[in-house]
Amino acid sequence: MPALASILRTTWAVFLRAFEKRVTVRYPEEKPYLAPRFRGRIILSRDPDGEERCVACYLCAAACPVDCIALDAAEMEGGRRYPSFFRINFSRCIFCGYCEEACPTYAIQLTPDFEMSEYARQSLVYEKEDLLISGTGKYPDYNFYRAAGLAIKGKDKGEAEGEAPPVDVRGLLP
Amino acid sequence: MHGIASPVLTIAVILFALLASSAALIWAERRLLALWQDRYGPNRVGPLGILQSVADMIKILTKDDWVPPFADRAVFVLAPAIIVITVLTAFAVIPFAPGFAVADLDIGVIFFLAMSSLSIYSVVLAGWASNSKYALLGGLRGAAQMLSYEIFMGLSIMGVVLLAGSFNLGDIVEAQRDMWFFIPQLPGLLIFFLAGLAETHRLPFDLPEAENELVAGYHTEYAGMKFGMFFVGEYLGIMLVASMITTLFLGGWLGPVLPAAAWFILKTGLVVAVFILLRAALPRPRFDQLMGFGWKAMLPLALINLLATGAVLLAVTDAPLSTGIHDAGPR
Repeated sequence: MPALASILRTTWAVFLRAFEKRVTVRYPEEKPYLAPRFRGRIILSRDPDGEERCVACYLCAAACPVDCIALDAAEMEGGRRYPSFFRINFSRCIFCGYCEEACPTYAIQLTPDFEMSEYARQSLVYEKEDLLISGTGKYPDYNFYRAAGLAIKGKDKGEAEGEAPPVDVRGLLP
Repeated sequence: MHGIASPVLTIAVILFALLASSAALIWAERRLLALWQDRYGPNRVGPLGILQSVADMIKILTKDDWVPPFADRAVFVLAPAIIVITVLTAFAVIPFAPGFAVADLDIGVIFFLAMSSLSIYSVVLAGWASNSKYALLGGLRGAAQMLSYEIFMGLSIMGVVLLAGSFNLGDIVEAQRDMWFFIPQLPGLLIFFLAGLAETHRLPFDLPEAENELVAGYHTEYAGMKFGMFFVGEYLGIMLVASMITTLFLGGWLGPVLPAAAWFILKTGLVVAVFILLRAALPRPRFDQLMGFGWKAMLPLALINLLATGAVLLAVTDAPLSTGIHDAGPR
Protein backbone atom coordinates (compact mmCIF):
# COMPACT_ATOMS: atom_id res chain seq x y z
CA MET A 1 0.00 0.00 0.00
CA PRO A 2 2.71 2.59 0.76
CA ALA A 3 4.28 1.49 -2.51
CA LEU A 4 1.04 2.15 -4.34
CA ALA A 5 0.75 5.59 -2.76
CA SER A 6 4.31 6.32 -3.77
CA ILE A 7 3.62 5.23 -7.34
CA LEU A 8 0.56 7.44 -7.58
CA ARG A 9 2.39 10.39 -6.04
CA THR A 10 5.30 9.93 -8.46
CA THR A 11 2.99 9.77 -11.43
CA TRP A 12 1.14 12.88 -10.32
CA ALA A 13 4.38 14.75 -9.71
CA VAL A 14 5.62 13.82 -13.17
CA PHE A 15 2.30 14.90 -14.66
CA LEU A 16 2.63 18.29 -13.00
CA ARG A 17 5.93 18.80 -14.79
CA ALA A 18 3.84 19.45 -17.89
CA PHE A 19 3.10 22.93 -16.55
CA GLU A 20 6.72 23.77 -15.79
CA LYS A 21 8.99 25.79 -18.02
CA ARG A 22 11.10 23.69 -20.35
CA VAL A 23 14.80 23.95 -19.77
CA THR A 24 15.94 23.29 -23.32
CA VAL A 25 17.59 26.20 -25.12
CA ARG A 26 16.51 25.87 -28.76
CA TYR A 27 19.95 26.75 -29.93
CA PRO A 28 20.00 28.10 -33.47
CA GLU A 29 16.96 30.26 -32.76
CA GLU A 30 17.77 31.06 -29.15
CA LYS A 31 21.39 31.97 -28.55
CA PRO A 32 22.83 31.06 -25.19
CA TYR A 33 24.33 33.84 -23.06
CA LEU A 34 28.11 33.85 -23.36
CA ALA A 35 30.14 35.64 -20.70
CA PRO A 36 32.48 38.38 -21.92
CA ARG A 37 35.41 36.22 -20.91
CA PHE A 38 34.05 33.09 -22.61
CA ARG A 39 36.95 31.24 -24.20
CA GLY A 40 35.92 30.82 -27.81
CA ARG A 41 37.37 31.59 -31.22
CA ILE A 42 40.89 33.06 -31.02
CA ILE A 43 41.63 36.40 -32.65
CA LEU A 44 44.66 38.61 -33.10
CA SER A 45 43.96 42.20 -32.11
CA ARG A 46 45.47 45.50 -33.21
CA ASP A 47 46.69 48.36 -31.09
CA PRO A 48 44.79 51.69 -31.00
CA ASP A 49 46.85 52.94 -33.92
CA GLY A 50 45.72 50.07 -36.09
CA GLU A 51 49.01 48.20 -36.14
CA GLU A 52 49.32 44.53 -35.32
CA ARG A 53 49.91 43.98 -31.65
CA CYS A 54 51.66 40.65 -32.09
CA VAL A 55 55.40 40.90 -31.73
CA ALA A 56 56.04 37.26 -32.69
CA CYS A 57 57.61 36.33 -29.37
CA TYR A 58 56.48 32.68 -29.69
CA LEU A 59 55.23 32.65 -26.09
CA CYS A 60 51.73 31.61 -27.15
CA ALA A 61 53.10 28.78 -29.26
CA ALA A 62 55.27 27.68 -26.33
CA ALA A 63 52.38 27.86 -23.88
CA CYS A 64 49.99 25.97 -26.14
CA PRO A 65 49.49 22.49 -24.66
CA VAL A 66 48.35 21.01 -27.96
CA ASP A 67 50.82 22.82 -30.21
CA CYS A 68 48.17 24.26 -32.43
CA ILE A 69 49.81 27.65 -32.94
CA ALA A 70 52.49 28.13 -35.58
CA LEU A 71 54.14 31.41 -36.48
CA ASP A 72 57.36 32.89 -37.74
CA ALA A 73 58.87 36.19 -36.69
CA ALA A 74 59.87 39.00 -39.00
CA GLU A 75 61.01 42.55 -38.42
CA MET A 76 60.02 45.78 -40.11
CA GLU A 77 62.72 48.26 -41.01
CA GLY A 78 61.75 50.45 -38.06
CA GLY A 79 62.48 47.64 -35.60
CA ARG A 80 58.91 46.52 -35.00
CA ARG A 81 58.58 42.78 -34.88
CA TYR A 82 55.58 41.06 -36.44
CA PRO A 83 54.67 37.51 -37.44
CA SER A 84 55.30 36.79 -41.10
CA PHE A 85 52.66 34.08 -40.81
CA PHE A 86 50.44 33.13 -37.92
CA ARG A 87 48.47 29.93 -38.11
CA ILE A 88 46.10 28.34 -35.59
CA ASN A 89 44.80 24.86 -36.21
CA PHE A 90 41.38 24.98 -34.57
CA SER A 91 40.82 21.28 -35.06
CA ARG A 92 43.49 20.87 -32.39
CA CYS A 93 42.79 23.90 -30.26
CA ILE A 94 41.23 23.10 -26.88
CA PHE A 95 40.36 26.71 -26.06
CA CYS A 96 42.28 26.60 -22.80
CA GLY A 97 43.27 30.27 -23.05
CA TYR A 98 46.90 29.69 -22.09
CA CYS A 99 48.04 31.59 -25.20
CA GLU A 100 46.09 34.63 -24.07
CA GLU A 101 47.63 34.38 -20.60
CA ALA A 102 51.11 34.05 -22.05
CA CYS A 103 50.81 36.95 -24.48
CA PRO A 104 52.83 39.97 -23.28
CA THR A 105 51.16 42.40 -25.71
CA TYR A 106 47.45 41.44 -25.40
CA ALA A 107 47.61 40.52 -29.06
CA ILE A 108 46.08 37.05 -28.92
CA GLN A 109 42.65 36.95 -27.30
CA LEU A 110 39.78 34.49 -26.96
CA THR A 111 36.32 35.71 -27.87
CA PRO A 112 32.78 34.65 -26.97
CA ASP A 113 32.11 32.87 -30.25
CA PHE A 114 32.00 29.14 -30.75
CA GLU A 115 30.10 28.84 -34.02
CA MET A 116 32.97 27.76 -36.22
CA SER A 117 31.91 24.33 -37.45
CA GLU A 118 33.19 23.27 -40.86
CA TYR A 119 32.61 20.33 -43.13
CA ALA A 120 36.27 20.02 -44.11
CA ARG A 121 38.91 19.70 -41.43
CA GLN A 122 41.29 21.75 -43.52
CA SER A 123 38.94 24.71 -43.21
CA LEU A 124 39.64 24.80 -39.48
CA VAL A 125 43.21 25.95 -40.07
CA TYR A 126 43.03 29.73 -39.69
CA GLU A 127 45.73 31.93 -41.22
CA LYS A 128 46.75 35.37 -40.02
CA GLU A 129 44.25 37.17 -42.22
CA ASP A 130 41.48 35.01 -40.72
CA LEU A 131 42.64 35.75 -37.18
CA LEU A 132 43.40 39.45 -37.36
CA ILE A 133 40.56 41.75 -36.43
CA SER A 134 40.48 45.49 -37.00
CA GLY A 135 39.85 46.41 -33.36
CA THR A 136 41.63 46.27 -30.07
CA GLY A 137 39.62 43.53 -28.39
CA LYS A 138 39.40 43.57 -24.62
CA TYR A 139 42.07 46.26 -24.03
CA PRO A 140 41.11 49.34 -26.00
CA ASP A 141 43.96 51.65 -24.90
CA TYR A 142 46.95 49.39 -24.68
CA ASN A 143 49.78 49.84 -27.12
CA PHE A 144 52.80 47.69 -26.44
CA TYR A 145 55.38 49.75 -28.30
CA ARG A 146 54.29 52.94 -26.57
CA ALA A 147 54.57 51.34 -23.16
CA ALA A 148 57.69 49.24 -23.72
CA GLY A 149 61.22 50.54 -23.39
CA LEU A 150 62.30 49.06 -26.66
CA ALA A 151 63.64 51.58 -29.16
CA ILE A 152 61.93 51.56 -32.52
CA LYS A 153 61.75 54.02 -35.34
CA GLY A 154 60.08 57.23 -34.15
CA LYS A 155 60.50 56.38 -30.46
CA ASP A 156 63.85 56.25 -28.83
CA LYS A 157 64.89 54.96 -25.43
CA GLY A 158 63.27 56.83 -22.56
CA GLU A 159 60.40 58.14 -24.65
CA ALA A 160 57.87 55.49 -23.70
CA GLU A 161 54.87 56.26 -21.51
CA GLY A 162 55.94 56.74 -17.90
CA GLU A 163 59.52 55.94 -18.70
CA ALA A 164 62.36 58.07 -17.27
CA PRO A 165 65.10 59.18 -19.64
CA PRO A 166 67.90 56.60 -19.73
CA VAL A 167 70.65 57.00 -17.17
CA ASP A 168 74.12 57.45 -18.62
CA VAL A 169 75.92 54.88 -16.47
CA ARG A 170 79.30 56.19 -17.59
CA GLY A 171 78.52 59.76 -16.64
CA LEU A 172 79.98 61.23 -13.44
CA LEU A 173 77.06 63.41 -12.43
CA PRO A 174 74.78 61.99 -9.77
CA MET B 1 -21.21 -4.06 -55.27
CA HIS B 2 -22.21 -2.65 -51.94
CA GLY B 3 -21.89 -6.04 -50.27
CA ILE B 4 -18.20 -6.43 -51.11
CA ALA B 5 -16.96 -2.86 -51.35
CA SER B 6 -18.13 -1.70 -47.95
CA PRO B 7 -16.20 -4.21 -45.81
CA VAL B 8 -13.09 -3.81 -47.96
CA LEU B 9 -13.36 -0.06 -47.62
CA THR B 10 -13.79 -0.41 -43.86
CA ILE B 11 -10.68 -2.57 -43.64
CA ALA B 12 -8.69 -0.17 -45.79
CA VAL B 13 -9.74 2.86 -43.76
CA ILE B 14 -9.03 1.17 -40.43
CA LEU B 15 -5.71 -0.25 -41.61
CA PHE B 16 -4.54 3.08 -42.95
CA ALA B 17 -5.71 4.95 -39.87
CA LEU B 18 -3.99 2.46 -37.56
CA LEU B 19 -0.66 2.46 -39.35
CA ALA B 20 -0.67 6.24 -39.71
CA SER B 21 -1.56 6.77 -36.08
CA SER B 22 1.02 4.27 -34.88
CA ALA B 23 3.63 6.34 -36.72
CA ALA B 24 2.16 9.51 -35.26
CA LEU B 25 2.11 7.88 -31.84
CA ILE B 26 5.88 7.47 -31.91
CA TRP B 27 6.12 11.22 -32.38
CA ALA B 28 3.41 11.90 -29.81
CA GLU B 29 5.09 9.73 -27.24
CA ARG B 30 8.42 11.47 -27.67
CA ARG B 31 6.77 14.88 -27.43
CA LEU B 32 4.78 13.91 -24.34
CA LEU B 33 7.77 12.35 -22.61
CA ALA B 34 9.67 15.53 -23.36
CA LEU B 35 6.82 17.62 -21.98
CA TRP B 36 6.93 15.71 -18.71
CA GLN B 37 10.70 15.91 -18.56
CA ASP B 38 10.86 19.67 -19.26
CA ARG B 39 12.31 19.17 -22.73
CA TYR B 40 10.94 19.79 -26.22
CA GLY B 41 11.48 16.46 -27.93
CA PRO B 42 11.64 16.24 -31.72
CA ASN B 43 10.75 19.72 -32.99
CA ARG B 44 12.89 20.13 -36.10
CA VAL B 45 11.30 18.13 -38.91
CA GLY B 46 8.11 19.84 -40.02
CA PRO B 47 5.78 21.84 -37.77
CA LEU B 48 6.33 20.79 -34.14
CA GLY B 49 8.48 17.96 -35.46
CA ILE B 50 5.47 15.99 -36.67
CA LEU B 51 7.33 14.72 -39.73
CA GLN B 52 9.94 13.11 -37.47
CA SER B 53 8.20 9.75 -37.84
CA VAL B 54 8.34 10.10 -41.62
CA ALA B 55 12.05 10.82 -41.44
CA ASP B 56 12.54 7.86 -39.11
CA MET B 57 10.57 5.67 -41.46
CA ILE B 58 12.69 6.68 -44.44
CA LYS B 59 15.79 5.97 -42.40
CA ILE B 60 14.65 2.58 -41.17
CA LEU B 61 13.45 1.50 -44.62
CA THR B 62 16.76 2.37 -46.26
CA LYS B 63 18.79 0.50 -43.68
CA ASP B 64 20.58 -2.73 -44.44
CA ASP B 65 18.11 -5.59 -44.02
CA TRP B 66 20.58 -7.74 -42.18
CA VAL B 67 20.07 -11.21 -40.74
CA PRO B 68 22.81 -12.37 -38.42
CA PRO B 69 24.60 -15.47 -39.77
CA PHE B 70 24.03 -17.38 -36.52
CA ALA B 71 20.26 -16.82 -36.54
CA ASP B 72 17.59 -19.29 -37.59
CA ARG B 73 16.76 -17.40 -40.74
CA ALA B 74 13.18 -18.42 -41.46
CA VAL B 75 11.91 -17.97 -37.92
CA PHE B 76 13.96 -14.82 -37.49
CA VAL B 77 12.18 -13.23 -40.44
CA LEU B 78 8.78 -14.57 -39.42
CA ALA B 79 8.82 -13.36 -35.81
CA PRO B 80 8.42 -9.59 -36.36
CA ALA B 81 5.60 -10.19 -38.81
CA ILE B 82 3.62 -12.17 -36.22
CA ILE B 83 3.27 -9.33 -33.75
CA VAL B 84 1.99 -6.88 -36.36
CA ILE B 85 -0.36 -9.44 -37.89
CA THR B 86 -1.88 -10.55 -34.60
CA VAL B 87 -2.35 -7.03 -33.28
CA LEU B 88 -3.88 -5.83 -36.53
CA THR B 89 -6.15 -8.87 -36.59
CA ALA B 90 -7.27 -8.14 -33.05
CA PHE B 91 -8.32 -4.67 -34.19
CA ALA B 92 -10.88 -6.35 -36.43
CA VAL B 93 -13.36 -6.67 -33.55
CA ILE B 94 -12.96 -3.17 -32.13
CA PRO B 95 -16.07 -1.09 -32.82
CA PHE B 96 -14.78 2.39 -33.64
CA ALA B 97 -18.29 3.73 -34.20
CA PRO B 98 -21.73 2.12 -34.31
CA GLY B 99 -21.53 -0.51 -37.03
CA PHE B 100 -18.01 0.53 -38.03
CA ALA B 101 -15.96 -2.55 -37.26
CA VAL B 102 -14.32 -5.06 -39.56
CA ALA B 103 -15.98 -8.04 -37.88
CA ASP B 104 -18.96 -7.78 -35.57
CA LEU B 105 -18.11 -11.02 -33.78
CA ASP B 106 -20.28 -12.42 -31.00
CA ILE B 107 -17.09 -13.55 -29.29
CA GLY B 108 -15.20 -10.30 -29.78
CA VAL B 109 -13.73 -10.26 -26.28
CA ILE B 110 -12.43 -13.81 -26.60
CA PHE B 111 -11.08 -13.06 -30.07
CA PHE B 112 -9.14 -10.15 -28.64
CA LEU B 113 -7.73 -12.31 -25.86
CA ALA B 114 -6.77 -15.02 -28.32
CA MET B 115 -4.99 -12.62 -30.62
CA SER B 116 -3.11 -10.90 -27.83
CA SER B 117 -2.00 -14.33 -26.63
CA LEU B 118 -0.78 -15.24 -30.09
CA SER B 119 1.45 -12.21 -30.15
CA ILE B 120 3.60 -13.92 -27.49
CA TYR B 121 4.87 -16.14 -30.28
CA SER B 122 6.52 -13.14 -31.82
CA VAL B 123 8.55 -12.44 -28.71
CA VAL B 124 9.42 -16.05 -28.00
CA LEU B 125 10.33 -16.91 -31.58
CA ALA B 126 12.39 -13.75 -31.98
CA GLY B 127 14.28 -14.55 -28.81
CA TRP B 128 14.83 -18.14 -29.85
CA ALA B 129 15.72 -17.55 -33.49
CA SER B 130 18.21 -14.82 -32.67
CA ASN B 131 20.44 -17.49 -31.15
CA SER B 132 22.01 -15.08 -28.68
CA LYS B 133 21.85 -15.09 -24.92
CA TYR B 134 20.28 -11.66 -24.38
CA ALA B 135 17.61 -12.25 -26.97
CA LEU B 136 16.83 -15.64 -25.44
CA LEU B 137 16.60 -14.19 -21.94
CA GLY B 138 14.32 -11.48 -23.25
CA GLY B 139 12.16 -14.03 -25.01
CA LEU B 140 11.91 -16.17 -21.87
CA ARG B 141 10.93 -13.19 -19.79
CA GLY B 142 8.42 -12.13 -22.39
CA ALA B 143 6.83 -15.56 -22.43
CA ALA B 144 6.62 -15.83 -18.64
CA GLN B 145 5.32 -12.29 -18.23
CA MET B 146 2.71 -12.40 -20.94
CA LEU B 147 1.42 -15.84 -19.94
CA SER B 148 1.05 -14.80 -16.32
CA TYR B 149 -0.55 -11.46 -16.99
CA GLU B 150 -2.94 -12.64 -19.62
CA ILE B 151 -4.72 -14.94 -17.17
CA PHE B 152 -6.08 -12.13 -15.06
CA MET B 153 -6.39 -9.92 -18.09
CA GLY B 154 -9.10 -12.29 -19.23
CA LEU B 155 -10.57 -12.53 -15.74
CA SER B 156 -10.71 -8.77 -15.31
CA ILE B 157 -12.83 -8.43 -18.44
CA MET B 158 -15.32 -11.02 -17.24
CA GLY B 159 -16.91 -8.55 -14.84
CA VAL B 160 -17.74 -6.33 -17.79
CA VAL B 161 -19.03 -9.29 -19.72
CA LEU B 162 -21.28 -10.20 -16.78
CA LEU B 163 -22.65 -6.67 -16.60
CA ALA B 164 -23.22 -6.41 -20.33
CA GLY B 165 -24.38 -9.97 -20.74
CA SER B 166 -22.51 -10.29 -24.00
CA PHE B 167 -19.11 -11.05 -25.47
CA ASN B 168 -19.89 -8.80 -28.41
CA LEU B 169 -17.94 -5.55 -28.11
CA GLY B 170 -20.66 -3.53 -29.84
CA ASP B 171 -23.24 -4.82 -27.35
CA ILE B 172 -20.87 -4.06 -24.48
CA VAL B 173 -20.63 -0.46 -25.63
CA GLU B 174 -24.40 -0.22 -26.01
CA ALA B 175 -24.82 -1.62 -22.48
CA GLN B 176 -22.89 1.39 -21.18
CA ARG B 177 -25.51 3.94 -22.28
CA ASP B 178 -26.64 4.54 -18.69
CA MET B 179 -23.33 4.15 -16.93
CA TRP B 180 -19.82 3.57 -18.20
CA PHE B 181 -18.43 0.35 -16.80
CA PHE B 182 -15.41 1.93 -15.18
CA ILE B 183 -17.67 3.01 -12.31
CA PRO B 184 -18.92 -0.42 -11.24
CA GLN B 185 -15.79 -2.14 -12.56
CA LEU B 186 -13.02 0.15 -11.30
CA PRO B 187 -10.90 -2.75 -10.00
CA GLY B 188 -11.46 -4.49 -13.32
CA LEU B 189 -10.26 -1.40 -15.17
CA LEU B 190 -7.13 -1.11 -13.05
CA ILE B 191 -6.30 -4.80 -13.38
CA PHE B 192 -6.95 -4.76 -17.12
CA PHE B 193 -4.83 -1.64 -17.48
CA LEU B 194 -1.87 -3.19 -15.67
CA ALA B 195 -2.26 -6.43 -17.60
CA GLY B 196 -2.37 -4.41 -20.79
CA LEU B 197 0.86 -2.69 -19.82
CA ALA B 198 2.47 -6.08 -19.30
CA GLU B 199 0.99 -7.52 -22.49
CA THR B 200 2.42 -4.75 -24.62
CA HIS B 201 5.62 -4.91 -22.52
CA ARG B 202 5.56 -1.19 -22.01
CA LEU B 203 7.45 0.54 -19.26
CA PRO B 204 7.35 -0.07 -16.33
CA PHE B 205 6.78 -3.69 -17.39
CA ASP B 206 9.28 -3.74 -20.26
CA LEU B 207 11.46 -6.44 -18.75
CA PRO B 208 11.64 -8.48 -21.97
CA GLU B 209 13.56 -5.60 -23.53
CA ALA B 210 15.16 -4.07 -20.45
CA GLU B 211 17.94 -1.98 -21.94
CA ASN B 212 20.24 -1.84 -18.97
CA GLU B 213 20.38 -5.57 -18.39
CA LEU B 214 19.47 -7.27 -21.69
CA VAL B 215 20.79 -4.81 -24.31
CA ALA B 216 17.44 -4.74 -26.12
CA GLY B 217 15.98 -8.09 -25.06
CA TYR B 218 14.33 -10.22 -27.69
CA HIS B 219 14.99 -7.76 -30.53
CA THR B 220 18.69 -7.31 -29.78
CA GLU B 221 19.74 -8.88 -33.08
CA TYR B 222 17.16 -7.12 -35.21
CA ALA B 223 17.90 -4.21 -37.50
CA GLY B 224 16.23 -2.19 -40.21
CA MET B 225 12.56 -2.69 -40.96
CA LYS B 226 12.41 -6.00 -39.06
CA PHE B 227 13.17 -4.03 -35.94
CA GLY B 228 10.72 -1.43 -37.19
CA MET B 229 8.02 -4.11 -37.27
CA PHE B 230 8.54 -4.82 -33.58
CA PHE B 231 8.39 -1.11 -32.96
CA VAL B 232 5.20 -0.62 -34.95
CA GLY B 233 3.78 -3.75 -33.34
CA GLU B 234 4.43 -2.34 -29.89
CA TYR B 235 2.70 0.93 -30.69
CA LEU B 236 -0.18 -0.87 -32.36
CA GLY B 237 -0.41 -2.97 -29.21
CA ILE B 238 -0.66 0.15 -27.07
CA MET B 239 -3.45 1.43 -29.24
CA LEU B 240 -5.16 -1.95 -29.13
CA VAL B 241 -5.14 -2.09 -25.36
CA ALA B 242 -6.22 1.54 -25.16
CA SER B 243 -9.08 0.87 -27.58
CA MET B 244 -10.11 -2.16 -25.53
CA ILE B 245 -10.10 -0.09 -22.34
CA THR B 246 -12.18 2.54 -24.12
CA THR B 247 -14.60 -0.06 -25.42
CA LEU B 248 -14.94 -2.09 -22.26
CA PHE B 249 -14.76 0.53 -19.53
CA LEU B 250 -15.05 4.05 -20.93
CA GLY B 251 -18.18 3.70 -22.98
CA GLY B 252 -16.56 3.24 -26.39
CA TRP B 253 -18.00 5.65 -28.91
CA LEU B 254 -20.69 6.94 -26.52
CA GLY B 255 -20.67 10.63 -25.74
CA PRO B 256 -22.62 13.83 -26.38
CA VAL B 257 -22.33 16.36 -29.23
CA LEU B 258 -19.25 15.03 -31.00
CA PRO B 259 -19.56 12.23 -33.58
CA ALA B 260 -19.13 8.68 -32.30
CA ALA B 261 -15.71 8.06 -33.89
CA ALA B 262 -14.38 11.32 -32.43
CA TRP B 263 -15.35 10.22 -28.95
CA PHE B 264 -13.67 6.89 -29.50
CA ILE B 265 -10.46 8.50 -30.73
CA LEU B 266 -10.53 11.04 -27.89
CA LYS B 267 -10.91 8.41 -25.18
CA THR B 268 -8.34 6.11 -26.74
CA GLY B 269 -5.89 8.98 -27.02
CA LEU B 270 -6.40 9.80 -23.38
CA VAL B 271 -5.67 6.22 -22.32
CA VAL B 272 -2.57 6.19 -24.52
CA ALA B 273 -1.44 9.40 -22.83
CA VAL B 274 -1.76 7.67 -19.46
CA PHE B 275 0.37 4.82 -20.81
CA ILE B 276 3.02 7.33 -21.79
CA LEU B 277 2.75 9.14 -18.47
CA LEU B 278 3.47 5.90 -16.64
CA ARG B 279 6.50 5.39 -18.83
CA ALA B 280 7.72 8.86 -17.93
CA ALA B 281 7.12 8.35 -14.22
CA LEU B 282 7.83 4.81 -13.12
CA PRO B 283 10.96 2.69 -12.85
CA ARG B 284 11.02 -0.94 -13.87
CA PRO B 285 10.42 -3.59 -11.17
CA ARG B 286 12.60 -6.62 -10.70
CA PHE B 287 11.44 -9.69 -12.59
CA ASP B 288 10.52 -11.66 -9.46
CA GLN B 289 8.59 -8.63 -8.21
CA LEU B 290 6.75 -8.52 -11.50
CA MET B 291 5.85 -12.21 -11.27
CA GLY B 292 4.92 -12.00 -7.58
CA PHE B 293 2.76 -8.95 -8.25
CA GLY B 294 0.95 -10.75 -11.02
CA TRP B 295 0.27 -14.03 -9.26
CA LYS B 296 -0.06 -12.90 -5.65
CA ALA B 297 -1.85 -9.58 -6.00
CA MET B 298 -3.49 -9.18 -9.37
CA LEU B 299 -4.85 -12.68 -9.89
CA PRO B 300 -6.64 -12.86 -6.49
CA LEU B 301 -7.95 -9.33 -6.98
CA ALA B 302 -9.29 -10.22 -10.40
CA LEU B 303 -10.99 -13.31 -8.98
CA ILE B 304 -12.47 -11.37 -6.07
CA ASN B 305 -13.69 -8.70 -8.48
CA LEU B 306 -15.31 -11.33 -10.67
CA LEU B 307 -16.96 -13.06 -7.70
CA ALA B 308 -18.18 -9.78 -6.23
CA THR B 309 -19.59 -8.64 -9.54
CA GLY B 310 -21.39 -11.95 -9.97
CA ALA B 311 -22.74 -11.86 -6.44
CA VAL B 312 -24.00 -8.29 -6.70
CA LEU B 313 -25.55 -9.03 -10.04
CA LEU B 314 -27.30 -12.09 -8.65
CA ALA B 315 -28.58 -10.11 -5.69
CA VAL B 316 -29.76 -7.12 -7.73
CA THR B 317 -31.36 -8.72 -10.75
CA ASP B 318 -34.36 -11.00 -10.34
CA ALA B 319 -34.05 -12.54 -13.74
CA PRO B 320 -31.50 -15.27 -14.33
CA LEU B 321 -28.14 -14.02 -15.47
CA SER B 322 -28.14 -15.74 -18.80
CA THR B 323 -31.03 -13.75 -20.29
CA GLY B 324 -28.80 -11.12 -21.77
CA ILE B 325 -26.80 -13.63 -23.72
CA HIS B 326 -29.88 -15.41 -25.07
CA ASP B 327 -31.64 -12.17 -25.88
CA ALA B 328 -28.83 -11.17 -28.18
CA GLY B 329 -29.96 -13.97 -30.44
CA PRO B 330 -28.26 -15.31 -33.56
CA ARG B 331 -26.49 -12.74 -35.63
